[in-house]
Amino acid sequence: MSENNGRLAVRKTYKLFVGGAFPRSESGRSYAVRSAKGVFLANAALASRKDARDAVVAARKAFPGWSGATAYNRGQILYRVAEMLEGRRAQFAAELVDADGVSARKAGELVDAAVDRLVWYAGWSDKIAAVHGSANPVAGPYFNLSTPEPSGVVAVVAPPMGPLLGLVSVIAPVIVSGNTCVVVASERAPLPAITLAEVLATSDLPGGVVNILTGRAAELAPWLAGHMDVNGIDLTGCPEELAVACERDAAENLKRVFRPDPGEDWLATPGTARLRAFLETKTVWHPVGI
Amino acid sequence: MRLEYAPAPESRDVVEIKPSYGLFINGEFVEGGGTPFKTVNPADEQALAEVACADEADVDRAVQAARKAFGVWSALPGAERAKYLFRIARIIQERARELAVLETLDNGKPIRESRDVDLPLVAAHFFYYAGWADKLEYAGFGPAPRPLGVAGQVIPWNFPLLMLAWKIAPALACGNTVVLKPAETTPLTALAFADICVQAGLPAGVVNIVTGAGETGAAVVNHADVNKVAFTGSTEVGRLIARSLAGTGKKLTLELGGKAANIVFEDAPLDQAVEGIVNGIFFNQGHVCCAGSRLLVQESIRDELLDALKRRLGTLRLGDPLDKNTDIGAINSAAQLAKIRELADAGEREGAERWSPACAIPERGYWFPPTVFTGVAQSHRIAREEIFGPVLSVLTFRTPAEAVEKANNTPYGLSAGVWTEKGSRILWLADRLRAGVVWANTFNRFDPASPFGGYKESGYGREGGRHGLEAYLDV
Repeated sequence: MSENNGRLAVRKTYKLFVGGAFPRSESGRSYAVRSAKGVFLANAALASRKDARDAVVAARKAFPGWSGATAYNRGQILYRVAEMLEGRRAQFAAELVDADGVSARKAGELVDAAVDRLVWYAGWSDKIAAVHGSANPVAGPYFNLSTPEPSGVVAVVAPPMGPLLGLVSVIAPVIVSGNTCVVVASERAPLPAITLAEVLATSDLPGGVVNILTGRAAELAPWLAGHMDVNGIDLTGCPEELAVACERDAAENLKRVFRPDPGEDWLATPGTARLRAFLETKTVWHPVGI
Repeated sequence: MRLEYAPAPESRDVVEIKPSYGLFINGEFVEGGGTPFKTVNPADEQALAEVACADEADVDRAVQAARKAFGVWSALPGAERAKYLFRIARIIQERARELAVLETLDNGKPIRESRDVDLPLVAAHFFYYAGWADKLEYAGFGPAPRPLGVAGQVIPWNFPLLMLAWKIAPALACGNTVVLKPAETTPLTALAFADICVQAGLPAGVVNIVTGAGETGAAVVNHADVNKVAFTGSTEVGRLIARSLAGTGKKLTLELGGKAANIVFEDAPLDQAVEGIVNGIFFNQGHVCCAGSRLLVQESIRDELLDALKRRLGTLRLGDPLDKNTDIGAINSAAQLAKIRELADAGEREGAERWSPACAIPERGYWFPPTVFTGVAQSHRIAREEIFGPVLSVLTFRTPAEAVEKANNTPYGLSAGVWTEKGSRILWLADRLRAGVVWANTFNRFDPASPFGGYKESGYGREGGRHGLEAYLDV
């Protein structure tokens, strides 16, 4: 972004991330993103209802492959995302300084925490079934096994604060278990989300597993909450009134709704609530006999 | 040669039905503010008893009683709560025969089922969760999981006492207190359960039973001092509850409708599959949310399987639910019968072929013969909507992929069945079926240790097993 040595910098165009590609908003709209100090940073795409729907289609398309991948493979890919993020540490730190007005040192710590968060979740991929599944001792000659499975396509309204650490902390628990998602990035600070999309696109993550929209949560979230092919919604980034409206709309097809803890500290170890929010339990019975 | 069975009726004398029942609030039976209603025996349309109707003020009193009791109950050592639940389980076993007869009278289900399925499972459920009450820190939800408070619970009429057990046992084990509303047409075993709570010496207010219809249920789930809502019933009502609870922060679990596929491959053991299909859809007159209401049969064995199935259906006995030889009892209510008729008629109108065995229908009461529709398309209402009656829709498939596609082609996702001798195929299908319970080479099995609940519009949360605790803990 900065212009050094009299050379005019080549700026980046920030677009959406849908189905593994970087399209502009079909609406042709954009909005000016400013730094914490009010300096113009870039024009981000202002996603529309149609973009949200396209993103759901991409997420649905990616679901069979991603949920059918081995847990080991998903863990490997999440770890790869962490590696890619680590490699771009300086770039993300600079974006966080711009976005949040934090010191360079603090920004670096936030990037480190985001990398560590991804590593933490990567390790969960092949532990979830062991911890949340069970072999059930039923009173009869039956094999009976319960295993966790992903709910499907999850809409995630990312927190307005924490444009990188908060974002990673809401995406990772959703996808590590095999869900695919449509994320509405922080409206205030969307640029790190699109840079994260560049990381995701180069981490062997299949296209469509994570789709990122930039724009207004108040405009996009209701469409996602009412969408009949979305199975769950994380309302973390919704202000109170919007969250209630979305929760009401989500009842239409009985979406799994994650209501955030308002005091959530992104730097603390997350616990499993976010992991569990978008898991189903499947129980299989089979008679035992010869 | 066809052997006829002599009547073998279970005696009604083991149960004493009072002319009228009150609400059970704070350990006492009290009058209700609403207009009392009659509960009838669906097998002969005779009124069994008059039951109080709880209005908003009654529900408020029940919630206050539960709130007051919550302090004491949640502070009890888990081992003490466990002992109360063990006591309740034992009393249920002691009174099993009485409760089975009462259930059959009020619900219309065959005594063979209430005696051999419902009651043993009810007692087992209390035993199972009794054992959890002092072991919650080992349940995998952290070192000191806490109860939520007052649970408002609304249950359906298809398994009245069993659904009560599924709701109350885990709630109490975790330290919550409850206000439970049984279904309008089947309140009697819940009121008998209130008496069991008295016999067990359960502290007043820990369990409150409020009878009534939809308005009473709405008052329970919408009460501001209820912390947790658990509902089993139709997807339509589940949606309304989810909407009305938006923004309240109440924890919600829903166990709703289903339209399960029962998939039979050409290598399946045919006789076993036929038994499984019959058990899947005709158990409890098909009043089962997880009923195998869509038979998906591989095209190559369609005719052979249908012939065997029709032969078997010809041997089912429909009639007096109290007769120990009865297979198919009465439809629970006139309203449900009308709904089944409407959907079955729609099946015919939309072009499916209807078949029922020759079957005498009693003159009084609500009855519907076991019915099979063939030539059903996926777009037909009888392939999409939950009928909640003894009506089977038969569709065919050629490849495993097509079976999965058709099985999952529904907004529901409660259960599914697979019949094949090939183990790897079972596991392949089990992975792909979007349903909370998959029965392979069996159907409609239940156990307190086994989690039950749906995907998609069949609801969320699990009942049974370690998983069932999560709904009643602050985790």
